[in-house]
Amino acid sequence: MPLGLVSAAYVVAAVLFVLSLGGLSNQESAKRAVWYGVVGMALAFFATLLTPGVGGGWLVLLMAIPGAIGGAMLAKRVGMTEMPQLVAAMHSLVGLAAVFIAINAEMEARHVAGLGEEARRALTGFAGVLAHKSGVELNIMKVEVFLGVFIGAVTFTGSVIAFGKLAGKVDGKPKQLPGGHMLNAGALALCVILGIMYLAGAGLWTVVLTAVIAGFIGWNLIMGIGGADMPVVVSMLNSYSGWAAAAIGFTLGNDLLIVVGALVGSSGAILSYIMCKAMNRSFVSVILGGFGGAAKGPAMEIAGEQIAIDADGVAAALNDADSVIIVPGYGMAVAQAQQSVSELTRRLRAKGKNVRFGIHPVAGRLPGHMNVLLAEAKVPYDIVLEMDEINDDFPETDVAIVIGSNDVVNPAAQEDPNSPIAGMPVLEVWKAKQVFVSKRGAGTGYSGIENPLFYKDNTRMFYGDAKKSLDELLTKIA
Amino acid sequence: MKIGAPKESFAGESRVAMTPDSALQLQKLGYVCLIESGAGVKAGFSDAAYEKAGVRVVPSTEALFAEAEIVAKVRPPTPEELKLTRKGQLLISFFYPAQNKELLEQAKEIGTNVVAMDMVPRISRAQKMDALSSMANIAGYRAVIEAGANFGRFFTGQVTAAGKVPPAKVLVVGAGVAGLAAIGAATSLGAMVYAFDVRPEVAEQIESMGAEFVYLDFSEQQTDGAATGGYAAPSSPEFREAQLKKFRELAPDMDIVITTALIPGRDAPKLWLKDMVEAMKPGSVVVDLAAERGGNCDLTVPDQKIVSDNGVTVVGYTDFPSRMASQASSLYSTNIRHMMSDLTPGKDGQVVHNMEDDVIRGATVTYDGAITFPPPPPKIQAIAAQKPKEKPKELTHEEKRALEVANFKKSTRNQVGLLAAMAGFLLILGGFAPASFMQHMIVFALAVFVGFQVIWNVAHSLHTPLMAVTNAISSIVIVGAILQIGSDVSLVKILAALAVLMTAVNIVGGFMVTRRMLAMFQKS
Repeated sequence: MPLGLVSAAYVVAAVLFVLSLGGLSNQESAKRAVWYGVVGMALAFFATLLTPGVGGGWLVLLMAIPGAIGGAMLAKRVGMTEMPQLVAAMHSLVGLAAVFIAINAEMEARHVAGLGEEARRALTGFAGVLAHKSGVELNIMKVEVFLGVFIGAVTFTGSVIAFGKLAGKVDGKPKQLPGGHMLNAGALALCVILGIMYLAGAGLWTVVLTAVIAGFIGWNLIMGIGGADMPVVVSMLNSYSGWAAAAIGFTLGNDLLIVVGALVGSSGAILSYIMCKAMNRSFVSVILGGFGGAAKGPAMEIAGEQIAIDADGVAAALNDADSVIIVPGYGMAVAQAQQSVSELTRRLRAKGKNVRFGIHPVAGRLPGHMNVLLAEAKVPYDIVLEMDEINDDFPETDVAIVIGSNDVVNPAAQEDPNSPIAGMPVLEVWKAKQVFVSKRGAGTGYSGIENPLFYKDNTRMFYGDAKKSLDELLTKIA
Repeated sequence: MKIGAPKESFAGESRVAMTPDSALQLQKLGYVCLIESGAGVKAGFSDAAYEKAGVRVVPSTEALFAEAEIVAKVRPPTPEELKLTRKGQLLISFFYPAQNKELLEQAKEIGTNVVAMDMVPRISRAQKMDALSSMANIAGYRAVIEAGANFGRFFTGQVTAAGKVPPAKVLVVGAGVAGLAAIGAATSLGAMVYAFDVRPEVAEQIESMGAEFVYLDFSEQQTDGAATGGYAAPSSPEFREAQLKKFRELAPDMDIVITTALIPGRDAPKLWLKDMVEAMKPGSVVVDLAAERGGNCDLTVPDQKIVSDNGVTVVGYTDFPSRMASQASSLYSTNIRHMMSDLTPGKDGQVVHNMEDDVIRGATVTYDGAITFPPPPPKIQAIAAQKPKEKPKELTHEEKRALEVANFKKSTRNQVGLLAAMAGFLLILGGFAPASFMQHMIVFALAVFVGFQVIWNVAHSLHTPLMAVTNAISSIVIVGAILQIGSDVSLVKILAALAVLMTAVNIVGGFMVTRRMLAMFQKS
């Protein structure tokens, strides 16, 4: 396959990738868009395989086929509640692959540099590209290698920890080694020093050591971030995996990699931005972990008490209601209650009631997590609305049901300027005529912030595991 | 400990302070329950029903007072009943300590501890034991029923073959708990309801119940109910005049008037004067819920129903809750039960009279041989003071324009600044880096740009599929691995092969899981 054709294939692939992301602007075009991505990837893969001078095609197939089968099996089996873990695990693979490829580039460059003039000229493929690089170009490549290794390694360990936290294999609470951020800053400084040494001509060990230290930074960074901030972390890691790919693209002089890396990188960056905005927190404060530092004053005192209600009471209120808004949160995912929620929705809609869902941008552990769970349970997507679309409708709503959400429905964000979440946009469920909160117990939520919603006069607490409570409720609603 | 409820001695009183249901709950708190024989008959609870709920039936009032450590009643005790109590015994009932000074003295002399249900402070935590509210609710509902019984026409408008029936017009004066209950009952019967209250902040509540708030054209700052614990305060003579003028205007149109206006610690204000009654159509009904305190209507005779010269019925009953004895008893006994559960923190049948607790302190009028009325103001304010609503300032056209221009200039400055910084950075980079690198840089910058433009349009609900698909396509680094796999260096070969393996997992897994997710999104 001539080089011109390969480049043409790359151009087509790049366009297809852009279309594939652009198609996600609505649910229907998205179904087509994913195929653009698949075709683009196939084009890029086979064009590269057939590039003149690239050897080892048999080895590629030998590795790619089992990998593809493994990936397919994973994709088939994974439950929708496990999506956050899966995404994090996949990020770690991209990160590690980027580290390997960057280190490879350095080793190859050393190998090429060791060859004589004759042998150099005979080189083909990647080694050939390296052989023709000038001194300045080689130095630039070194910067790129260094960046690729660094970002890749942070992504790898960070994603592994994120995976562990999301899968419940690592404790979700923020934890930091003594020294905290200073330790990270020190490690970062060490990496910079290693980078300078590497540029100055020190051996391969500097790169490998950088990978190890960067890995430590990723580990320590994510350990210090609590479970509720995971949506930001996962989208940040998504962004990093993109930038790592772009860095590799520069190293290899491959425009397709650069384009795709930049697309993915900016996509992750925007997601992180949206998530931070939804929590009214700066990106830095999320990454540095913990909730915004010391409170500005004593939290507002909460008067009243939490009043419990049983399934009969909820059923009676639902039977009388004309409009219902359901606000799901991570608790619904944990209890695997989405099927019951869907069944409840179906029955209420069959009675002619207006049932809708209000989704906060950071509900769940992954951007858009709730939407996917509800879609899996066959809740039609046109009744699943964003916070901004539905917030004005609460005053005209008869019943709001909060299932496993806490901070995203906390009125303290608006009422108490001293609350740690003051100013965060929240779903104003308390404006509905009646609010039912399905919750395991009377404690505070993930962030440990007291929620005045539970004490409001129009709020009733429906204690118990979300799935069990809802199943009990379903027996009362014919 | 033992808790008992005697038969009410007040003539015509049908309520009872304990029902079989509340007795079951009290037993869960660890109490032994007693009831005087026949106490619940008028409210529809037979002795047998009590016995079935595990309550012991005691033959006489004397025996009950002698045996029980806690006595729960509805009406304030008569002096004779109070004599039956002993030192340290706990009496829970309505008491009206401000009006019943002698009774208070007597209780102090004997040493009875009295918890007055009418003194429960109006804070949200205490709502479940707010017997005044639960009784007022019943009174409001019953007022509409009484009005309907004395009103010769429909509430709701109908168009029938036999002719058109206009809907009844109901005016509710005073939108407290009773007023709101009356509004609710009257609207659900189909009447057109108007309501008036001196507290402007209740307009919203009135409208939420489906009635129309009668606005007064009066400029004086009306007092906020929050200052007086949610109750109305006396109004100025000018205000009163304006109010009466409005009522005079409304009177000829109204079929039913329900007055519920009360000011704490005073006689009921006269709001529905003789001339207004005279202005009403024959057959109209006035129900005066304030009759016990003198009545809002000039013609009201407490405890009686009279018909005026022009054929307007004025109902002055004072026992509305008792007229719905079964409902009233079950709500009142639930209030009592909640009070007991606050008095029994250990759920062990032992009363802990915690005078530090706002609710218990507020309701206790004699304790330990001393009068503890009036209570100090509660630590928590009853109702949050209404925040003055700030009107958004109307901007003039010029100001708006100036603001727009300023915003535009600011965003231009920001954008130009960013562009200049970027251009500067690239120029410096270009000064040192070779052309081949700069070519890639162009591609990179454009791709980032395209990325930002495209991703902003992605639907929020598709963020999870977006992450999965970007995952798959960021595994494009497989291309890098393929380029390297033909290397002569075996370590490079191995690492590249591993990278191919990992990215292959990602590509296939990522695309497939995305497809699976997207297929699930179904339109209804």
